[in-house]
Amino acid sequence: MTVEEINVVRPLGLGETSGRRGDEARSVVGGRTGLFTTADLSVYYGSFRAVRNVDLSITEHEITAFIGPSGCGKTTVLRCFNRMNDLIDSARVEGIVAYHGVNLYDPDVNPVEVRRRIGMVFQKPNPFPKSIYDNVAYGPRLSGIKKRNDLDDIVERALRGAALWDEVKDRLKASGLGLSGGQQQRLCIARAVAVEPEVILMDEPCSALDPIATARIEDLMQEMKQRYTIIIVTHNMQQAARVSDRTAFFTTEINEESDRRTGVLVEFDRTETMFSSPTDERTEQYVTGRFG
Amino acid sequence: MSSLTPANPLVLTIGDLQGNLRRLRKERFMHVLLFGSAALSIGISILIVFTLFREAWVFLSGLIEQSGLGALIDGGARPGWYPRDGRFDLPTIVLGTIIVSGISVVVAAPLGLGAAIYLSEYAKPRTRSWLKPILEVLAGVPSVVFGFFALRVLGPDLIQPLFGTRTPTSLLVTGVAIGILVTPLMASISEDALGAVPRALREASFGIGARRSTTVVKVVLPAAVSGIVAALIVSVSRAIGETMVAALASGALGQAPRTVNPTDTGLTMTAAMAQLAQGSDQVVGDTLAFQSLFFVGAVLFLMTLALNLVADRIVERVRNQY
Repeated sequence: MTVEEINVVRPLGLGETSGRRGDEARSVVGGRTGLFTTADLSVYYGSFRAVRNVDLSITEHEITAFIGPSGCGKTTVLRCFNRMNDLIDSARVEGIVAYHGVNLYDPDVNPVEVRRRIGMVFQKPNPFPKSIYDNVAYGPRLSGIKKRNDLDDIVERALRGAALWDEVKDRLKASGLGLSGGQQQRLCIARAVAVEPEVILMDEPCSALDPIATARIEDLMQEMKQRYTIIIVTHNMQQAARVSDRTAFFTTEINEESDRRTGVLVEFDRTETMFSSPTDERTEQYVTGRFG
Repeated sequence: MSSLTPANPLVLTIGDLQGNLRRLRKERFMHVLLFGSAALSIGISILIVFTLFREAWVFLSGLIEQSGLGALIDGGARPGWYPRDGRFDLPTIVLGTIIVSGISVVVAAPLGLGAAIYLSEYAKPRTRSWLKPILEVLAGVPSVVFGFFALRVLGPDLIQPLFGTRTPTSLLVTGVAIGILVTPLMASISEDALGAVPRALREASFGIGARRSTTVVKVVLPAAVSGIVAALIVSVSRAIGETMVAALASGALGQAPRTVNPTDTGLTMTAAMAQLAQGSDQVVGDTLAFQSLFFVGAVLFLMTLALNLVADRIVERVRNQY
């Protein structure tokens, strides 16, 4: 399948109104459907190809986990879904990431608009050095919401949504940096959901947390998937098995000529299938702990 | 028998564990040498400050004997700094310094911060790789060059026609020239401060859909504010201490009437000192005029010291907020 064969519509409201609007709930690319559908997605850092030819589809209101050994490109692929790779000067993306039928890498797409709909939670909790309230209100304020009452409601709803409200409701003016690691990460989740995104990308959100904080975030994810579509990158296979509906396994392939490693998608299926009866031998070796 | 006990127990003496004595002596020598160089530089600094204040005291006591301390603030109809006539009106040169460094901050702060934001947040690595060295070269241009630039170009060709000043040289010319001189310093330190803001904070902001400008204003600048304040204070200190430009471009020669108008010619403290010390007729070593040089130096020293202390306090307070 080549990129030319794929019928992906142009972005919303940019002069393509007659029947080409990308307001379908699902993207159809090369016969596959999903909220997101990638086709022949490759990412380069300079001349180095970090990950190549990824084809996968993300289903809405599910948790999709990306697993694989270090350097397999799972984070790189994740960051294609809200164009965070744009922030790395040397990064270049080839192929298609269709979201609601719109190619996110169309030259007319503004990454700022993409990121308002597709939020992100990072590996290390990264609250702003501001108060808890201002952290959560940051996104809504960007959209021009200024009224105190409106902001108060949004902040409360977002903090409740991140299961943090009861712990911080009496100290909303305190610095976000004064919270524990697990609370900080939930604050970051609250900050992400405050702008009412449709999708939340999570890049190893629990890798800096202790097991109790991790369990809280995992529970939270189960509640959140009613409202959001979640894609999570994790180093932890048990976590993928516990929380996700579908799992994508990535690994590295060594290029014989250049001796450089490139990430590839090995297998993508329902999580039970991936962990009980994977098709690919490499997946089986990885999930049984014999490799990686 | 335990395996830890050797079959033939060794007899150890202190000498075996003493190590190589020559190396030990070498190590001690290095220690003393390095301590010596640290002590020497501190010693010289103390000596300078000591001399400064001793001579300043000689001046003060001489002045008290001659005309009383009140002479430092001339209450007459036409006050001014006329050391040749024994008239030492301190406000004249302090005001000159405040006007000049104030103007230079107004010029350097926005220019320097703007350049720093561009370099740190907007410029592509390739652009930065040639822009930053140029900025650093600019910082290394000798101030006498800036002085002549102000004297021959900036003053007569730009400031005078633009502001309609009576003379081609004035406090305003000096202020603008020092502002340009200090801009690379402001830019360089501010850029370091911006660069020290964790990437994670920027990503957090971009990740919610913030534009670059919003990220700079709402996240990067607040997080770097202590460094930016430090850059500002260092720039002010540099502007206050800058001598060559002030001596060349302010328009006064060794004496000036008191003024608060930047378009007038005037004297900064540094210019007053430099021109006094330039071996003209009356500077022979023991006159009150010569000693006034040390007194002005001491006041200048106290001013920059106070500024640095204030800066430390501000930086500390801002840091404690988070």
